[in-house]
Amino acid sequence: MMMNDLIQVAPVAQPPVAERRIGDVILDLQGISLSFGGVKALTNISFDVREHEIRSIIGPNGAGKSSMLNVINGVYHPQEGRIMFRGELRQKMEPHVAAAQGIARTFQNIALFKGMSVLDNIMTGRNLKMKCNLFQHALYWGRARQEEIEHRLKVEEVIDFLEIQGIRKTPVGRLPYGLQKRVELGRALAAEPSLLLLDEPMAGMNVEEKQDMCRFILDVNDQFGTTIVLIEHDMGVVMDISDRVVVLDYGKKIGDGAPDEVKNNPEVIAAYLGTSH
Amino acid sequence: MLYREAGQFKVSYQEDQQIFPIRQDRVGFIAILGFFFLVLPFLASEYWLQAILIPVLIFSLAAIGLNILTGYAGQLSLGSAAFMAVGAFGAYNFMLRVDGMPFLVALAIGGLCAALVGVAFGLPSLRIKGFYLAVATLAAQFFIVWALVKFPWFSNNSSSGVISAQQIEILGFAFDTPVSKYLLTLGIVAVLALAAKNLVRSTTGRSWMAVRDMDVAAEVIGIRPMFAKLSAFAVSSFYCGVAGALYAYAYLGTVEPEGFNLDLSFKILFMIIIGGVGSIMGSFLGAAFIVLLPIFLNVAMHSLFAGSMPAGLGSNLELIIFGGLIIFFLIVEPHGLARLWQIGKEKLRLWPFPH
Repeated sequence: MMMNDLIQVAPVAQPPVAERRIGDVILDLQGISLSFGGVKALTNISFDVREHEIRSIIGPNGAGKSSMLNVINGVYHPQEGRIMFRGELRQKMEPHVAAAQGIARTFQNIALFKGMSVLDNIMTGRNLKMKCNLFQHALYWGRARQEEIEHRLKVEEVIDFLEIQGIRKTPVGRLPYGLQKRVELGRALAAEPSLLLLDEPMAGMNVEEKQDMCRFILDVNDQFGTTIVLIEHDMGVVMDISDRVVVLDYGKKIGDGAPDEVKNNPEVIAAYLGTSH
Repeated sequence: MLYREAGQFKVSYQEDQQIFPIRQDRVGFIAILGFFFLVLPFLASEYWLQAILIPVLIFSLAAIGLNILTGYAGQLSLGSAAFMAVGAFGAYNFMLRVDGMPFLVALAIGGLCAALVGVAFGLPSLRIKGFYLAVATLAAQFFIVWALVKFPWFSNNSSSGVISAQQIEILGFAFDTPVSKYLLTLGIVAVLALAAKNLVRSTTGRSWMAVRDMDVAAEVIGIRPMFAKLSAFAVSSFYCGVAGALYAYAYLGTVEPEGFNLDLSFKILFMIIIGGVGSIMGSFLGAAFIVLLPIFLNVAMHSLFAGSMPAGLGSNLELIIFGGLIIFFLIVEPHGLARLWQIGKEKLRLWPFPH
């Protein structure tokens, strides 16, 4: 296939969903409690995530936001509570099983594979969809090579989407912070997730980079219909792009609802600004 | 000026994903391969073939094995020599006990035995990392050598534990001259090196490197760390096993378990550190460096100070210079000779213009 064709095809791979329809609940968390020894990270937290929505989790530092994401994709196993994903009660599972079910994520501290190029990093996102075995890889002929090319095509679509064509062969360790964050998003997108967990995607970015990242998040949600759970400290961003927001403080849920409701919730204001005595 | 990809446009992903995407590299590589296969057997003396080229090739293969495990999958191992021993004794026993066993099949079975043992000793890697894992593989090193000495069945009840490798014969052709052994070794090493390169540039290799660089993220993206680590141990040990069998059959002829001691494991580890961790080509460079440098130093010392220095002093001086050069290389380029080569190529692209 000619390179020129690909570049023209890629941006319109999936037609934009004209109106974002918020669907049914796909992830339902009931009474989640998580503790490490005597430290209670999460206490009796319940909330749900609806299909195609952008659901934000906010809260002061140490509120348990990242722990919440770790529970959702199986890195931590809560002691209590149940998780329903796509109508099925989820058993205790390993992260790679969650990945196979269509949950992808990015990390608060960039967790890219430092020694690999941007292209290889994003290719790992396709890992679950590649079916050839080790012996076929050793031959790198026929089916294995075909598969590599097919998936390269998908990865190039992601690269086009995130506008990082110029750095595809660069080792990620050499990239500036903002671009690394973008590559990490690319790796998650390459897995074509139905549920995307983003842990502080805009931390440490300047205004311009934040705007870019917001645009990517909204486009992902809009074009691919991906459900997004977002942790973010920038309240302007959260209130602008979220459909619903859940607020945690000291491992407890103190608010849940549309951005405007949450903004005016006295408990939330108290958690962020303190109360007058 | 000559080494530049200007004008070479890639119009398909297949072309972009070649091992050598630049034409000059491809031509150069084929020329080198042709030289080693077609020219060198006629040029080199028997001594060069048997005592230098064959061991360099065999150590390169073992270094590729260790590089897969340590360089690509990030699991530190000090048991390479033990896995070589398993390969050598495995191939020997299958040749001995199965009538009409073809040599290449025995070689592969030797490698598979090593792979199995490697997976067994790789199990601790699921729980421990880094230096602690190195200690666990050290156990493999001592245990396997001990077991091969302890149970005389492995060496066909030879009183000294020494095995004499059978004659190599493939389809009725006996490989009994240095040239034929060299060509056989070169062929096997070339094929296996290509397979290793293919592995590390495909999904298998990416999952190894992902586990090496960031294991939690790898698991979250859907890579099973257990499979990635154990497959790295299996493939790595297979390569070491085949190298061990060749060490016995094509190089030494007679081996004892003690020949595969910790020193040899360290030697292979030094090869990948000097050659380049995480590079197939570095494995060859490192093996050549470690095998050739002492010989070169020896010759240089003899021609420079022949007779004017006591023998003991000369050989000690050689060791000192050898160690000093290793340290020098590691300071100049901690990522090994392969990186040096890479930098050289990048510079060459711009030459003779600085920008």
